[in-house]
Amino acid sequence: MTLYFLNFVLLIIGLYALVVKRHIVKKILGVAIMEYAVNLFLILLGFRKSGIAPILTEDMDLQTFIHTAVDPLPQALVLTSIVIGLGTLALMVAMAIRLYERYGTFDMDEINRLRG
Amino acid sequence: MNTLLPLFTAIPICSAILILIIGKFDKKNFPRIWSLLTSLSLLFILAVIWDKGTIIHEMGGWKPPFGVVLVKDNLSQMMLLIVNVVAFLTIIYSYVYIIKFEDYLRFFTLFLFMLAGMNGVVLTGDLFNLFVFLEIASIASYALVGYGVDAEELEASFKYLILGALASVFILFGIGMIYSIAGSVNMADVAKFIVENNLGGNNALLMATGLFIVGFGLKAGLVPFHAWLPDAHSSAPAPISVMLSGVLIKVLGIYSLIRIFYSVIGITPVVSNIFITMGVISMLVGAFMGFGQDDMKRMFAFSSISQMGYIAVGIGIGTPLAIVGALFHLLNHAGFKSLLFFSSGAIQTSTGTRNLSELGGLRKKMPVTSATSVIGALSIAGVPPFNGFWSKLIIILAAFSAGYSWLGAILVFTAFLTLAYYLRFQKNVIFGEPTVRLKNVKEAPFMMIMPMVVFAVFCLLGGVFNGWIISNIIIPAQGIITNQLGYISSVLGI
Repeated sequence: MTLYFLNFVLLIIGLYALVVKRHIVKKILGVAIMEYAVNLFLILLGFRKSGIAPILTEDMDLQTFIHTAVDPLPQALVLTSIVIGLGTLALMVAMAIRLYERYGTFDMDEINRLRG
Repeated sequence: MNTLLPLFTAIPICSAILILIIGKFDKKNFPRIWSLLTSLSLLFILAVIWDKGTIIHEMGGWKPPFGVVLVKDNLSQMMLLIVNVVAFLTIIYSYVYIIKFEDYLRFFTLFLFMLAGMNGVVLTGDLFNLFVFLEIASIASYALVGYGVDAEELEASFKYLILGALASVFILFGIGMIYSIAGSVNMADVAKFIVENNLGGNNALLMATGLFIVGFGLKAGLVPFHAWLPDAHSSAPAPISVMLSGVLIKVLGIYSLIRIFYSVIGITPVVSNIFITMGVISMLVGAFMGFGQDDMKRMFAFSSISQMGYIAVGIGIGTPLAIVGALFHLLNHAGFKSLLFFSSGAIQTSTGTRNLSELGGLRKKMPVTSATSVIGALSIAGVPPFNGFWSKLIIILAAFSAGYSWLGAILVFTAFLTLAYYLRFQKNVIFGEPTVRLKNVKEAPFMMIMPMVVFAVFCLLGGVFNGWIISNIIIPAQGIITNQLGYISSVLGI
């Protein structure tokens, strides 16, 4: 339970950076932290203390396998979601560089030509 | 038959990569013609599988609770129709429009990725797969919004990107929550688990509900979460505005909400009330903000928020009649809002501006564009006999017959507001006398006019033959939405 709580704190830190910070790079870091918090949450769902790899060998009893193996599905999901997160992050950084070329600043409050 | 389903995502993705490779040698014509052929082939496949009932494809031969399934039922069939028809006409429109960008190779590549993502979202029967396709469509659309790389476009794209990434995080978190309860990410399997164990008030499920409402609400642009929508819609190139407003916010937002809350989690009075509240606020905020806009595309964007509010209200009321109204309005909105954004693109190409205060008297200079945009404006404002009138009428009647008379009054009031600001658009752009600098304006090219005429004809015929459309396309889709157990049994085969 403590792990889930700490994980949630990590998510809130990311959300804080995303909402409160004005610097574009800090906002991007906020998004990255949130993504990692969610990935960690998915991993925690399949985590089991001193668990074994989910590979069923011949000398293994099915019941002990069920009670000791970790859940492999969240790991597969997290691999996919890390790749997606990388794509988003790369696009955000590229966008930040282009924005700096156009506006000469990283301050989100000064990048405000669209209003209304 | 069922092996045709993966083609809806496979064909656009392969075409996109092929365009990147062969486009190195033929930059000019190959990307445009090849994407047109791709889109045409998708329409052909859709015609083959049309009205064949529920079709299930098990990816890799794995049975439903373990593998990823693609499900084509009557609801996804209707959404596929909207997505692929709008995409096809948008590619025709882009054929000439896109020439002003020097490099349009990547435009069509990203466009086809976005199309593949949306087809995937509509077809998938797996929650995590839905997230993956949603991200494919979203990331392509972030890049397309900023395609012109001007300062404003980049700013809009970055805002959209940040909020879209936030939405994705929330959606993934919600999927994790669902997985922690049900131990599965297959939609039908999760739904079966929730129904069998009667988990209506489970805390983790409530948290997932909240996360999904925030996440998909951000994608749909409903009001507390609408900040990105006017910027992104008004800054994007016109074909992308059409795809965003006509299809993307519907597929990623409204369709996903419908699928998750009606087919998977099961609708509860709390969720219904949240939908109705968000819908009412969206309608009113969108309509009032629409008044104050000078930029034509920004006005259309706020009007999109307002019309998405209608759909959300219809889904929230939840009676079969209301859902029919919401789905019919969704179909109609794809028609007339695409038409209006096409018109704004044509007007901007011909006159060089899209500010209402600088335009006027286009009726004589651009007769076809004027005629079609008047039809679009009248349809969205709900003037009979155009299609918007009938769908709004059904939603209003459903509100009254479900006992929400105050809601019906707000719906009628918003319809009048919509009429008012679209009259302002007509008065400032179409009628009146042209200003001096508009003397030499010419009609837009044929390839841009043709899609507008198609949509205008749809707005008229959709109004005249509304009974045929409702009984052949809408009612079957509504039957899927209100029958959660039927969805479970048809996917899991029990």
